[in-house]
Amino acid sequence: MTNRRQLLRQTVAVAAGGMLLLRPASATPESLQKVITGFTGGAPIRTGRVKLQIAELVENGNAVPVTISVDSPMTAADHVRRIALFNQRNPQSDVAVFELSPVNGRAEVGTRIRLATSQTVVAMAQMNDGSVWQHRVDVIVTLAACIEGG
Amino acid sequence: MARSVIHMPATARPGDIIAVRVLVQHSMETGYRSNSVGEPLARDIIRRVECRFDGETVFAADLFPAIAANPSVAFYLRATRSGSLQVEWRGDAGFSHTDSARLQVG
Repeated sequence: MTNRRQLLRQTVAVAAGGMLLLRPASATPESLQKVITGFTGGAPIRTGRVKLQIAELVENGNAVPVTISVDSPMTAADHVRRIALFNQRNPQSDVAVFELSPVNGRAEVGTRIRLATSQTVVAMAQMNDGSVWQHRVDVIVTLAACIEGG
Repeated sequence: MARSVIHMPATARPGDIIAVRVLVQHSMETGYRSNSVGEPLARDIIRRVECRFDGETVFAADLFPAIAANPSVAFYLRATRSGSLQVEWRGDAGFSHTDSARLQVG
């Protein structure tokens, strides 16, 4: 006969076992480097001009609001061509790539992303002259996104 | 049939820069999860959104499993003339959904 306390203990044990099995296999630094090289095409990466707005302490990793803005006049002569968002420790390093042109008038995009664990989020902008700029933000996630596992 | 939203002003003056937010109902199943009996769940995500103003591409994005369910994307647009903004979402399992909204400029 199983009493309430034993049942509770078993339930906790099963839950803990399940969590161990579901430990996420995160993207490696190599895979992040690979997608970054794919985006930059080998251009040197400079810091500045890009601003990644994201909460540094995220309570719910399932839908984290992000805004990426780039210091650009968005004219035919000087504009942002692409904005990319990458992450360090989700199962896959890519998050999104946005395509812009002078018709946008303002170099700013926003979306909601998933974060599997505490990690660095990288925003990059590629200008029409081919130069690449970045901003990295370290984010602490208290409730991880259910990207993997049951 | 998926539901979608295009949030933007209905009217603008020439030269105004308007905020546009587009959203579609979709689970964005990552392909990294499994069901209660351990079988992997097939990836089912939206991979691309394209926005055209009277046929001219004004914004596009490639999306990956790290985009939250019910994907939402916000961007800006310089209003020059009246017309229609068409938003097309495409994804796995042949997913395709198109929505449009009218902008009156003047």
